[in-house]
Amino acid sequence: MATQVDDKIVEFDVRTDEMLVNMGPQHPSTHGVLRLVLRTDGEIVSEVTPHIGYLHRCAEKIGENVTPRQWIPYTDRMDYLAAMNMNLGWAMCVEKLLDHQLSEKAKHLRVIISELGRIASHLVGMGTYGLDLGTFSPFLYAFREREKILDLFEDVCGARLTYSYITPGGCTADLPDGWLENCEQFLQQLEPVISEYHTLLTTNAIFIKRTCGIGLLTPEMALDYGCTGPVLRGSGVDYDLRRDGEERYTEMYDGYAFEVIVQKDGNYPRDHDYPSVPVDAVLGDCWHRFYVRMLEVMQAIDLVRQAMDRYRSAEGDWGIPIKLTQKLPKGEVYLETEAPKGQMGFYLVSDGSPIPWRVRARSSSFSNLSVTHELCRGIPIADVPAVVGSLDVVMGEIDR
Amino acid sequence: MSLVADLKKKFGDKILAEKLDVIDPWIEVSVEGLCEVATYLKDEPSLAFDMLNCITAVDYCEPDPKKAKKVDWEPHLEVVYHLSSTTRKHTLVLKLMLPRWKNDQEGELPEVSTVSGIWSTADWHEREVYDLSGVHFVGHPNLRRILCPEDWVGYPLRKDYEMPLDYHGIRGR
Repeated sequence: MATQVDDKIVEFDVRTDEMLVNMGPQHPSTHGVLRLVLRTDGEIVSEVTPHIGYLHRCAEKIGENVTPRQWIPYTDRMDYLAAMNMNLGWAMCVEKLLDHQLSEKAKHLRVIISELGRIASHLVGMGTYGLDLGTFSPFLYAFREREKILDLFEDVCGARLTYSYITPGGCTADLPDGWLENCEQFLQQLEPVISEYHTLLTTNAIFIKRTCGIGLLTPEMALDYGCTGPVLRGSGVDYDLRRDGEERYTEMYDGYAFEVIVQKDGNYPRDHDYPSVPVDAVLGDCWHRFYVRMLEVMQAIDLVRQAMDRYRSAEGDWGIPIKLTQKLPKGEVYLETEAPKGQMGFYLVSDGSPIPWRVRARSSSFSNLSVTHELCRGIPIADVPAVVGSLDVVMGEIDR
Repeated sequence: MSLVADLKKKFGDKILAEKLDVIDPWIEVSVEGLCEVATYLKDEPSLAFDMLNCITAVDYCEPDPKKAKKVDWEPHLEVVYHLSSTTRKHTLVLKLMLPRWKNDQEGELPEVSTVSGIWSTADWHEREVYDLSGVHFVGHPNLRRILCPEDWVGYPLRKDYEMPLDYHGIRGR
Protein backbone atom coordinates (compact mmCIF):
# COMPACT_ATOMS: atom_id res chain seq x y z
CA MET A 1 0.00 0.00 0.00
CA ALA A 2 1.44 3.30 -1.02
CA THR A 3 1.78 5.85 1.74
CA GLN A 4 0.13 9.18 1.10
CA VAL A 5 2.47 12.06 1.80
CA ASP A 6 1.35 15.63 1.96
CA ASP A 7 4.02 17.58 0.11
CA LYS A 8 3.43 20.77 2.07
CA ILE A 9 3.89 19.14 5.46
CA VAL A 10 7.08 17.33 4.44
CA GLU A 11 8.47 20.49 2.94
CA PHE A 12 7.81 22.34 6.17
CA ASP A 13 9.18 19.61 8.40
CA VAL A 14 12.53 18.93 6.76
CA ARG A 15 13.46 22.39 5.58
CA THR A 16 17.20 22.75 6.03
CA ASP A 17 19.86 25.34 5.54
CA GLU A 18 22.30 25.07 2.70
CA MET A 19 25.36 23.22 3.87
CA LEU A 20 28.82 22.62 2.46
CA VAL A 21 29.90 19.03 2.88
CA ASN A 22 33.48 18.06 2.33
CA MET A 23 33.96 14.60 0.82
CA GLY A 24 37.49 13.33 0.62
CA PRO A 25 40.40 13.48 -0.05
CA GLN A 26 40.49 10.47 2.27
CA HIS A 27 37.21 8.86 1.38
CA PRO A 28 36.74 5.25 0.29
CA SER A 29 34.47 6.04 -2.62
CA THR A 30 36.54 8.79 -4.20
CA HIS A 31 39.00 6.28 -5.73
CA GLY A 32 42.11 7.77 -4.27
CA VAL A 33 42.70 11.32 -3.21
CA LEU A 34 39.86 13.18 -4.85
CA ARG A 35 38.14 15.86 -2.81
CA LEU A 36 34.61 16.89 -3.60
CA VAL A 37 32.95 19.85 -1.96
CA LEU A 38 29.21 19.34 -2.07
CA ARG A 39 26.79 22.20 -1.64
CA THR A 40 23.72 20.48 -0.26
CA ASP A 41 20.19 21.40 0.50
CA GLY A 42 19.02 18.61 2.75
CA GLU A 43 19.70 15.42 0.83
CA ILE A 44 19.98 17.12 -2.52
CA VAL A 45 23.30 18.23 -3.97
CA SER A 46 23.03 21.55 -5.73
CA GLU A 47 26.67 21.92 -6.70
CA VAL A 48 29.81 19.82 -6.69
CA THR A 49 33.30 21.25 -6.88
CA PRO A 50 36.06 18.71 -7.40
CA HIS A 51 39.47 19.60 -6.00
CA ILE A 52 42.38 17.69 -7.47
CA GLY A 53 46.14 17.81 -7.29
CA TYR A 54 46.77 15.80 -4.12
CA LEU A 55 48.79 13.27 -6.10
CA HIS A 56 50.62 15.74 -8.33
CA ARG A 57 54.15 14.45 -8.79
CA CYS A 58 55.41 16.83 -11.48
CA ALA A 59 55.65 14.06 -14.09
CA GLU A 60 55.80 16.55 -16.97
CA LYS A 61 58.60 18.55 -15.38
CA ILE A 62 60.55 15.37 -14.71
CA GLY A 63 60.03 14.37 -18.33
CA GLU A 64 61.99 17.44 -19.41
CA ASN A 65 65.01 16.15 -17.54
CA VAL A 66 65.18 12.47 -18.49
CA THR A 67 65.33 10.57 -21.77
CA PRO A 68 62.15 8.98 -23.14
CA ARG A 69 63.08 5.50 -21.96
CA GLN A 70 63.90 6.83 -18.54
CA TRP A 71 60.44 8.40 -18.39
CA ILE A 72 58.68 5.06 -18.90
CA PRO A 73 58.56 4.32 -15.12
CA TYR A 74 56.81 7.65 -14.58
CA THR A 75 54.11 6.69 -17.06
CA ASP A 76 53.58 3.53 -15.01
CA ARG A 77 52.57 5.70 -12.12
CA MET A 78 49.93 7.62 -14.04
CA ASP A 79 47.16 5.08 -14.43
CA TYR A 80 48.72 2.54 -12.10
CA LEU A 81 45.82 0.14 -12.66
CA ALA A 82 46.67 -0.12 -16.35
CA ALA A 83 50.37 0.68 -16.34
CA MET A 84 50.97 -1.40 -19.47
CA ASN A 85 48.62 0.80 -21.47
CA MET A 86 50.35 3.94 -20.21
CA ASN A 87 53.72 2.51 -21.26
CA LEU A 88 52.23 1.76 -24.66
CA GLY A 89 50.95 5.31 -25.14
CA TRP A 90 54.31 6.91 -24.43
CA ALA A 91 56.30 4.27 -26.31
CA MET A 92 54.21 4.78 -29.43
CA CYS A 93 54.51 8.56 -29.18
CA VAL A 94 58.31 8.30 -29.11
CA GLU A 95 58.26 5.79 -31.95
CA LYS A 96 56.16 8.18 -33.98
CA LEU A 97 58.82 10.84 -33.60
CA LEU A 98 61.58 8.38 -34.50
CA ASP A 99 59.46 6.88 -37.30
CA HIS A 100 60.32 3.51 -35.86
CA GLN A 101 58.53 0.50 -37.36
CA LEU A 102 57.83 -2.61 -35.34
CA SER A 103 57.86 -6.18 -36.58
CA GLU A 104 54.56 -8.06 -36.87
CA LYS A 105 55.43 -10.16 -33.88
CA ALA A 106 56.13 -7.16 -31.68
CA LYS A 107 52.77 -5.64 -32.60
CA HIS A 108 50.86 -8.78 -31.69
CA LEU A 109 52.81 -9.03 -28.45
CA ARG A 110 51.68 -5.50 -27.61
CA VAL A 111 48.06 -6.35 -28.36
CA ILE A 112 48.22 -9.34 -26.00
CA ILE A 113 49.72 -7.27 -23.21
CA SER A 114 47.60 -4.16 -23.58
CA GLU A 115 44.32 -6.05 -23.84
CA LEU A 116 45.21 -8.03 -20.71
CA GLY A 117 45.87 -4.67 -19.09
CA ARG A 118 42.43 -3.55 -20.17
CA ILE A 119 40.83 -6.60 -18.54
CA ALA A 120 42.74 -5.94 -15.30
CA SER A 121 41.71 -2.29 -15.27
CA HIS A 122 38.05 -3.00 -15.98
CA LEU A 123 37.97 -5.70 -13.31
CA VAL A 124 39.13 -3.18 -10.71
CA GLY A 125 36.67 -0.64 -12.11
CA MET A 126 33.87 -3.16 -11.71
CA GLY A 127 34.92 -4.31 -8.24
CA THR A 128 35.34 -0.83 -6.80
CA TYR A 129 32.09 0.27 -8.36
CA GLY A 130 30.43 -2.46 -6.35
CA LEU A 131 32.15 -1.09 -3.25
CA ASP A 132 30.87 2.39 -4.01
CA LEU A 133 27.35 1.04 -4.12
CA GLY A 134 27.72 -0.91 -0.90
CA THR A 135 28.42 -4.47 -1.95
CA PHE A 136 31.71 -5.98 -0.98
CA SER A 137 31.86 -9.40 -2.62
CA PRO A 138 32.26 -8.41 -6.31
CA PHE A 139 35.40 -6.57 -5.26
CA LEU A 140 36.90 -9.78 -3.90
CA TYR A 141 35.88 -11.73 -6.99
CA ALA A 142 37.38 -9.07 -9.25
CA PHE A 143 40.66 -8.95 -7.37
CA ARG A 144 40.89 -12.74 -7.42
CA GLU A 145 40.89 -12.73 -11.23
CA ARG A 146 43.04 -9.63 -11.53
CA GLU A 147 45.66 -11.30 -9.36
CA LYS A 148 46.06 -13.93 -12.06
CA ILE A 149 46.70 -11.27 -14.67
CA LEU A 150 49.29 -9.76 -12.36
CA ASP A 151 50.89 -13.21 -12.08
CA LEU A 152 51.07 -13.39 -15.86
CA PHE A 153 52.61 -9.91 -16.02
CA GLU A 154 55.06 -10.86 -13.30
CA ASP A 155 56.21 -13.80 -15.41
CA VAL A 156 56.75 -11.42 -18.30
CA CYS A 157 58.62 -8.57 -16.64
CA GLY A 158 59.08 -9.27 -12.94
CA ALA A 159 56.77 -6.53 -11.67
CA ARG A 160 53.17 -6.70 -10.55
CA LEU A 161 52.04 -3.09 -10.70
CA THR A 162 54.55 -0.78 -12.35
CA TYR A 163 55.83 -2.82 -15.22
CA SER A 164 57.93 -0.56 -17.48
CA TYR A 165 57.57 -3.45 -19.91
CA ILE A 166 56.45 -1.84 -23.15
CA THR A 167 59.10 0.68 -24.02
CA PRO A 168 60.07 2.79 -27.06
CA GLY A 169 61.24 0.35 -29.72
CA GLY A 170 59.32 -2.66 -28.47
CA CYS A 171 59.31 -4.45 -25.15
CA THR A 172 62.01 -5.20 -22.59
CA ALA A 173 61.80 -8.97 -23.11
CA ASP A 174 60.05 -11.67 -25.07
CA LEU A 175 57.38 -13.85 -23.50
CA PRO A 176 58.86 -16.68 -21.42
CA ASP A 177 58.37 -20.32 -22.42
CA GLY A 178 54.95 -21.70 -21.66
CA TRP A 179 53.46 -18.27 -21.02
CA LEU A 180 50.94 -18.49 -23.85
CA GLU A 181 49.58 -21.75 -22.44
CA ASN A 182 49.23 -20.18 -19.00
CA CYS A 183 47.47 -17.23 -20.55
CA GLU A 184 45.06 -19.45 -22.49
CA GLN A 185 44.34 -21.36 -19.32
CA PHE A 186 43.58 -18.12 -17.54
CA LEU A 187 41.23 -16.94 -20.28
CA GLN A 188 39.35 -20.23 -20.24
CA GLN A 189 38.89 -19.89 -16.55
CA LEU A 190 37.94 -16.18 -16.69
CA GLU A 191 35.27 -16.52 -19.34
CA PRO A 192 32.65 -18.38 -17.24
CA VAL A 193 33.35 -16.11 -14.26
CA ILE A 194 32.16 -13.07 -16.23
CA SER A 195 28.60 -14.40 -16.10
CA GLU A 196 28.94 -14.58 -12.31
CA TYR A 197 29.79 -10.89 -12.33
CA HIS A 198 26.72 -10.22 -14.40
CA THR A 199 24.64 -12.04 -11.79
CA LEU A 200 26.32 -10.20 -8.94
CA LEU A 201 26.07 -6.72 -10.40
CA THR A 202 24.81 -6.15 -13.94
CA THR A 203 21.45 -7.85 -13.46
CA ASN A 204 21.22 -7.41 -9.70
CA ALA A 205 17.97 -5.65 -8.76
CA ILE A 206 19.59 -3.33 -6.20
CA PHE A 207 22.42 -2.49 -8.56
CA ILE A 208 19.94 -1.65 -11.30
CA LYS A 209 17.99 0.58 -8.93
CA ARG A 210 21.15 2.41 -7.91
CA THR A 211 22.50 2.98 -11.42
CA CYS A 212 19.69 3.15 -13.97
CA GLY A 213 18.70 6.66 -14.97
CA ILE A 214 21.34 8.15 -12.64
CA GLY A 215 24.04 10.51 -13.86
CA LEU A 216 22.70 10.96 -17.35
CA LEU A 217 25.43 12.07 -19.75
CA THR A 218 24.20 13.10 -23.17
CA PRO A 219 26.47 12.43 -26.16
CA GLU A 220 26.74 16.17 -26.82
CA MET A 221 27.86 16.87 -23.29
CA ALA A 222 30.29 13.95 -23.35
CA LEU A 223 32.00 15.31 -26.46
CA ASP A 224 31.89 18.87 -25.17
CA TYR A 225 33.77 17.88 -22.02
CA GLY A 226 36.19 15.63 -23.91
CA CYS A 227 34.98 12.46 -22.23
CA THR A 228 36.46 9.39 -23.87
CA GLY A 229 36.60 5.64 -23.57
CA PRO A 230 33.73 3.74 -21.92
CA VAL A 231 32.27 7.02 -20.63
CA LEU A 232 31.85 8.30 -24.19
CA ARG A 233 30.69 4.96 -25.59
CA GLY A 234 28.27 4.54 -22.69
CA SER A 235 26.55 7.63 -24.06
CA GLY A 236 26.15 5.97 -27.44
CA VAL A 237 28.96 7.70 -29.34
CA ASP A 238 30.54 5.22 -31.72
CA TYR A 239 34.18 6.14 -31.33
CA ASP A 240 37.11 3.93 -30.39
CA LEU A 241 40.69 4.79 -31.26
CA ARG A 242 41.49 1.15 -31.92
CA ARG A 243 39.38 1.60 -35.02
CA ASP A 244 39.30 5.38 -35.55
CA GLY A 245 42.70 6.45 -34.27
CA GLU A 246 45.90 7.21 -36.08
CA GLU A 247 47.17 4.67 -38.55
CA ARG A 248 50.23 3.93 -36.46
CA TYR A 249 47.91 2.74 -33.70
CA THR A 250 45.07 1.17 -35.67
CA GLU A 251 47.46 -0.95 -37.74
CA MET A 252 48.19 -2.90 -34.56
CA TYR A 253 44.61 -4.13 -34.77
CA ASP A 254 44.56 -4.67 -38.54
CA GLY A 255 42.74 -7.87 -39.40
CA TYR A 256 41.42 -8.42 -35.89
CA ALA A 257 37.75 -9.22 -35.61
CA PHE A 258 36.22 -6.81 -33.14
CA GLU A 259 33.26 -4.51 -32.93
CA VAL A 260 33.25 -1.24 -31.03
CA ILE A 261 31.19 -1.75 -27.88
CA VAL A 262 28.46 0.82 -28.22
CA GLN A 263 24.70 0.80 -28.43
CA LYS A 264 23.73 1.17 -32.08
CA ASP A 265 20.06 1.33 -33.07
CA GLY A 266 19.15 0.24 -29.56
CA ASN A 267 21.37 -2.83 -29.58
CA TYR A 268 24.78 -3.75 -28.23
CA PRO A 269 26.97 -6.16 -30.20
CA ARG A 270 25.72 -9.70 -29.84
CA ASP A 271 28.98 -11.61 -30.22
CA HIS A 272 28.49 -13.23 -26.83
CA ASP A 273 25.61 -14.09 -24.58
CA TYR A 274 25.25 -10.83 -22.69
CA PRO A 275 22.44 -10.06 -20.24
CA SER A 276 19.81 -7.80 -21.70
CA VAL A 277 19.49 -4.09 -20.94
CA PRO A 278 17.00 -3.43 -18.10
CA VAL A 279 13.91 -1.43 -19.01
CA ASP A 280 14.82 1.39 -16.61
CA ALA A 281 18.23 2.01 -18.13
CA VAL A 282 18.62 5.14 -20.22
CA LEU A 283 21.49 5.47 -22.67
CA GLY A 284 24.21 7.53 -21.02
CA ASP A 285 23.44 6.62 -17.41
CA CYS A 286 25.72 4.92 -14.88
CA TRP A 287 24.44 1.48 -15.78
CA HIS A 288 25.40 1.85 -19.44
CA ARG A 289 28.92 3.03 -18.63
CA PHE A 290 29.34 0.00 -16.40
CA TYR A 291 27.87 -2.31 -19.01
CA VAL A 292 30.22 -1.05 -21.73
CA ARG A 293 33.16 -1.90 -19.48
CA MET A 294 31.85 -5.38 -18.80
CA LEU A 295 31.38 -6.01 -22.50
CA GLU A 296 34.85 -4.73 -23.22
CA VAL A 297 36.27 -7.35 -20.88
CA MET A 298 34.64 -10.04 -23.00
CA GLN A 299 35.90 -8.37 -26.16
CA ALA A 300 39.41 -8.10 -24.75
CA ILE A 301 39.40 -11.85 -24.09
CA ASP A 302 38.63 -12.40 -27.78
CA LEU A 303 41.34 -9.97 -28.81
CA VAL A 304 43.97 -11.62 -26.60
CA ARG A 305 43.08 -15.01 -28.14
CA GLN A 306 43.38 -13.66 -31.68
CA ALA A 307 46.64 -11.93 -30.83
CA MET A 308 48.11 -15.09 -29.34
CA ASP A 309 47.31 -17.03 -32.52
CA ARG A 310 48.99 -14.38 -34.64
CA TYR A 311 51.93 -14.04 -32.29
CA ARG A 312 52.67 -17.78 -32.56
CA SER A 313 53.01 -17.67 -36.33
CA ALA A 314 54.35 -14.12 -36.73
CA GLU A 315 57.75 -13.28 -38.15
CA GLY A 316 60.36 -10.97 -36.72
CA ASP A 317 61.71 -10.07 -33.31
CA TRP A 318 59.75 -9.09 -30.22
CA GLY A 319 60.91 -5.49 -30.52
CA ILE A 320 64.34 -4.42 -29.35
CA PRO A 321 64.16 -1.23 -27.26
CA ILE A 322 65.93 1.89 -28.50
CA LYS A 323 69.13 2.98 -26.79
CA LEU A 324 68.63 4.57 -23.40
CA THR A 325 70.14 7.84 -24.60
CA GLN A 326 69.07 7.68 -28.22
CA LYS A 327 69.15 11.07 -29.93
CA LEU A 328 65.69 12.29 -30.89
CA PRO A 329 65.10 14.09 -34.17
CA LYS A 330 63.94 17.68 -33.92
CA GLY A 331 60.18 18.00 -34.06
CA GLU A 332 56.99 17.50 -32.18
CA VAL A 333 54.43 14.72 -32.14
CA TYR A 334 51.13 14.03 -30.47
CA LEU A 335 49.63 10.57 -30.27
CA GLU A 336 46.58 9.20 -28.52
CA THR A 337 45.89 5.59 -27.73
CA GLU A 338 42.79 3.91 -26.37
CA ALA A 339 43.67 3.19 -22.76
CA PRO A 340 41.07 1.36 -20.63
CA LYS A 341 39.80 4.60 -19.09
CA GLY A 342 39.76 6.63 -22.27
CA GLN A 343 42.04 8.30 -24.76
CA MET A 344 45.50 8.75 -23.34
CA GLY A 345 47.54 11.26 -25.30
CA PHE A 346 51.20 12.10 -25.15
CA TYR A 347 52.78 15.18 -26.68
CA LEU A 348 56.53 15.32 -27.17
CA VAL A 349 58.57 18.31 -28.30
CA SER A 350 62.17 17.62 -29.12
CA ASP A 351 64.98 20.07 -29.79
CA GLY A 352 67.26 17.41 -31.25
CA SER A 353 68.93 16.27 -28.04
CA PRO A 354 68.27 12.91 -26.31
CA ILE A 355 66.18 14.69 -23.66
CA PRO A 356 62.77 16.04 -24.71
CA TRP A 357 62.22 19.79 -24.55
CA ARG A 358 58.67 19.32 -23.35
CA VAL A 359 56.45 16.36 -22.62
CA ARG A 360 52.75 16.47 -21.94
CA ALA A 361 50.37 13.78 -20.86
CA ARG A 362 46.75 14.26 -21.84
CA SER A 363 44.94 12.27 -19.25
CA SER A 364 41.64 10.59 -20.03
CA SER A 365 40.42 10.57 -16.43
CA PHE A 366 41.18 14.30 -16.14
CA SER A 367 38.64 15.15 -18.82
CA ASN A 368 36.23 12.44 -17.70
CA LEU A 369 36.20 13.85 -14.17
CA SER A 370 35.66 17.42 -15.35
CA VAL A 371 32.06 16.55 -16.24
CA THR A 372 31.22 15.60 -12.61
CA HIS A 373 29.68 18.93 -11.67
CA GLU A 374 27.21 18.61 -14.54
CA LEU A 375 26.23 15.05 -13.61
CA CYS A 376 25.90 15.69 -9.88
CA ARG A 377 23.62 18.72 -10.03
CA GLY A 378 20.35 18.03 -8.29
CA ILE A 379 20.93 14.43 -7.25
CA PRO A 380 20.83 13.01 -3.70
CA ILE A 381 24.14 12.76 -1.81
CA ALA A 382 23.93 8.97 -1.91
CA ASP A 383 24.08 9.05 -5.70
CA VAL A 384 27.31 11.04 -5.83
CA PRO A 385 29.53 7.96 -5.28
CA ALA A 386 27.44 6.11 -7.89
CA VAL A 387 28.12 8.83 -10.46
CA VAL A 388 31.80 9.37 -9.68
CA GLY A 389 32.39 5.62 -9.53
CA SER A 390 30.79 5.11 -12.93
CA LEU A 391 33.36 7.46 -14.47
CA ASP A 392 36.07 5.06 -13.21
CA VAL A 393 38.78 7.64 -12.64
CA VAL A 394 42.25 7.05 -11.30
CA MET A 395 43.81 9.95 -9.44
CA GLY A 396 47.35 9.05 -10.39
CA GLU A 397 46.47 9.79 -13.98
CA ILE A 398 44.54 12.97 -13.23
CA ASP A 399 47.21 14.60 -11.11
CA ARG A 400 50.22 13.09 -12.88
CA MET B 1 45.91 20.06 -47.00
CA SER B 2 42.95 21.78 -48.59
CA LEU B 3 41.59 22.58 -45.14
CA VAL B 4 44.43 25.02 -44.52
CA ALA B 5 43.90 26.70 -47.88
CA ASP B 6 40.19 27.11 -47.12
CA LEU B 7 40.90 28.53 -43.70
CA LYS B 8 43.39 31.01 -45.16
CA LYS B 9 40.89 32.11 -47.74
CA LYS B 10 38.21 32.58 -45.13
CA PHE B 11 40.21 34.13 -42.32
CA GLY B 12 43.01 35.85 -44.23
CA ASP B 13 45.52 37.43 -41.91
CA LYS B 14 44.16 35.66 -38.85
CA ILE B 15 46.07 32.57 -40.01
CA LEU B 16 49.63 33.72 -39.48
CA ALA B 17 51.65 30.68 -40.54
CA GLU B 18 51.44 27.04 -41.40
CA LYS B 19 53.81 24.12 -41.34
CA LEU B 20 52.62 21.15 -43.33
CA ASP B 21 55.82 19.20 -43.98
CA VAL B 22 56.16 17.93 -40.39
CA ILE B 23 54.78 14.80 -38.70
CA ASP B 24 51.80 16.61 -37.20
CA PRO B 25 51.05 19.60 -39.48
CA TRP B 26 50.01 22.74 -37.62
CA ILE B 27 48.72 26.20 -38.35
CA GLU B 28 49.38 29.35 -36.38
CA VAL B 29 46.42 31.52 -35.50
CA SER B 30 46.61 35.10 -34.30
CA VAL B 31 45.63 35.73 -30.69
CA GLU B 32 42.77 37.99 -31.78
CA GLY B 33 41.41 35.48 -34.27
CA LEU B 34 41.45 32.40 -32.04
CA CYS B 35 37.81 32.40 -30.93
CA GLU B 36 36.48 33.12 -34.39
CA VAL B 37 38.56 30.36 -35.99
CA ALA B 38 37.75 27.91 -33.19
CA THR B 39 34.01 28.53 -33.44
CA TYR B 40 34.16 27.99 -37.20
CA LEU B 41 36.16 24.78 -36.83
CA LYS B 42 33.58 23.39 -34.45
CA ASP B 43 30.39 24.54 -36.16
CA GLU B 44 31.23 24.08 -39.84
CA PRO B 45 29.62 20.70 -40.67
CA SER B 46 32.34 19.68 -43.11
CA LEU B 47 35.00 20.12 -40.39
CA ALA B 48 33.07 19.30 -37.20
CA PHE B 49 35.97 19.43 -34.75
CA ASP B 50 33.74 18.37 -31.91
CA MET B 51 36.52 17.36 -29.54
CA LEU B 52 39.29 19.41 -28.04
CA ASN B 53 41.80 16.78 -27.02
CA CYS B 54 44.45 18.79 -25.32
CA ILE B 55 45.79 22.26 -24.58
CA THR B 56 49.50 22.55 -23.92
CA ALA B 57 51.85 25.45 -23.39
CA VAL B 58 55.47 25.09 -24.43
CA ASP B 59 57.98 27.55 -23.05
CA TYR B 60 60.81 28.49 -25.39
CA CYS B 61 63.44 30.04 -23.20
CA GLU B 62 66.99 29.00 -22.44
CA PRO B 63 68.07 30.18 -19.00
CA ASP B 64 71.69 29.08 -19.58
CA PRO B 65 73.37 32.02 -21.42
CA LYS B 66 75.93 29.72 -23.07
CA LYS B 67 73.27 27.50 -24.60
CA ALA B 68 71.03 30.47 -25.36
CA LYS B 69 73.47 31.63 -28.06
CA LYS B 70 72.99 28.39 -30.00
CA VAL B 71 69.20 28.28 -30.19
CA ASP B 72 67.45 29.32 -33.36
CA TRP B 73 64.38 30.91 -31.81
CA GLU B 74 63.54 34.04 -29.90
CA PRO B 75 62.19 33.42 -26.38
CA HIS B 76 58.44 32.95 -26.56
CA LEU B 77 55.54 30.84 -25.33
CA GLU B 78 53.47 28.56 -27.53
CA VAL B 79 49.97 27.43 -26.73
CA VAL B 80 49.06 24.30 -28.68
CA TYR B 81 45.50 23.07 -29.25
CA HIS B 82 44.98 19.50 -30.44
CA LEU B 83 41.58 19.08 -32.07
CA SER B 84 39.86 16.07 -33.52
CA SER B 85 36.53 15.15 -35.00
CA THR B 86 34.69 12.00 -34.00
CA THR B 87 32.45 12.12 -37.05
CA ARG B 88 34.91 13.20 -39.75
CA LYS B 89 37.82 11.31 -38.14
CA HIS B 90 40.43 13.98 -38.75
CA THR B 91 42.71 15.99 -36.52
CA LEU B 92 44.17 19.48 -36.49
CA VAL B 93 46.82 21.29 -34.48
CA LEU B 94 46.42 25.01 -33.77
CA LYS B 95 49.21 27.10 -32.35
CA LEU B 96 49.39 30.51 -30.77
CA MET B 97 52.63 32.38 -30.28
CA LEU B 98 52.75 34.58 -27.20
CA PRO B 99 55.38 36.70 -25.54
CA ARG B 100 56.74 35.13 -22.36
CA TRP B 101 55.48 38.09 -20.36
CA LYS B 102 52.90 40.68 -21.28
CA ASN B 103 54.61 43.94 -22.38
CA ASP B 104 57.90 42.30 -21.34
CA GLN B 105 57.07 43.02 -17.71
CA GLU B 106 58.19 39.98 -15.76
CA GLY B 107 55.29 38.63 -13.72
CA GLU B 108 52.63 40.01 -16.07
CA LEU B 109 51.03 36.97 -17.68
CA PRO B 110 50.50 36.88 -21.45
CA GLU B 111 46.84 36.90 -22.40
CA VAL B 112 44.70 34.71 -24.66
CA SER B 113 40.95 34.59 -24.80
CA THR B 114 39.40 31.42 -23.45
CA VAL B 115 37.82 28.75 -25.62
CA SER B 116 35.95 27.20 -22.69
CA GLY B 117 32.71 28.55 -24.11
CA ILE B 118 33.33 26.57 -27.30
CA TRP B 119 34.63 23.31 -25.83
CA SER B 120 34.04 22.75 -22.12
CA THR B 121 37.17 20.55 -21.97
CA ALA B 122 39.09 23.80 -22.11
CA ASP B 123 37.83 24.77 -18.67
CA TRP B 124 40.15 22.43 -16.79
CA HIS B 125 42.84 22.31 -19.43
CA GLU B 126 43.21 26.09 -19.40
CA ARG B 127 43.35 26.05 -15.63
CA GLU B 128 46.19 23.57 -15.84
CA VAL B 129 48.06 25.65 -18.41
CA TYR B 130 47.56 28.73 -16.24
CA ASP B 131 48.72 26.84 -13.18
CA LEU B 132 51.85 25.27 -14.62
CA SER B 133 52.88 27.52 -17.51
CA GLY B 134 51.44 30.91 -16.60
CA VAL B 135 49.08 31.95 -19.36
CA HIS B 136 46.13 34.17 -18.53
CA PHE B 137 42.95 33.05 -20.28
CA VAL B 138 40.75 36.10 -20.57
CA GLY B 139 37.09 35.37 -19.94
CA HIS B 140 37.67 32.03 -18.23
CA PRO B 141 34.87 31.46 -15.69
CA ASN B 142 37.09 30.13 -12.92
CA LEU B 143 40.78 30.66 -13.57
CA ARG B 144 42.36 29.20 -10.43
CA ARG B 145 45.27 26.86 -9.93
CA ILE B 146 44.20 23.25 -10.36
CA LEU B 147 47.12 20.94 -9.61
CA CYS B 148 49.33 23.12 -7.41
CA PRO B 149 48.08 24.54 -4.09
CA GLU B 150 46.32 27.87 -4.40
CA ASP B 151 49.10 29.77 -2.64
CA TRP B 152 51.85 28.37 -4.84
CA VAL B 153 54.22 30.95 -6.29
CA GLY B 154 55.50 30.78 -9.86
CA TYR B 155 54.78 28.63 -12.88
CA PRO B 156 56.68 25.32 -12.66
CA LEU B 157 56.76 24.44 -16.35
CA ARG B 158 58.44 27.71 -17.30
CA LYS B 159 62.03 26.93 -18.20
CA ASP B 160 63.44 29.59 -15.88
CA TYR B 161 61.40 28.40 -12.91
CA GLU B 162 63.34 27.85 -9.73
CA MET B 163 62.26 25.27 -7.18
CA PRO B 164 61.28 27.02 -3.95
CA LEU B 165 63.52 26.12 -1.03
CA ASP B 166 60.66 26.09 1.39
CA TYR B 167 56.91 25.63 1.32
CA HIS B 168 55.11 26.04 4.66
CA GLY B 169 58.11 24.63 6.48
CA ILE B 170 58.57 21.72 4.04
CA ARG B 171 62.09 21.71 2.67
CA GLY B 172 62.28 21.93 -1.13
CA ARG B 173 65.60 20.22 -1.69
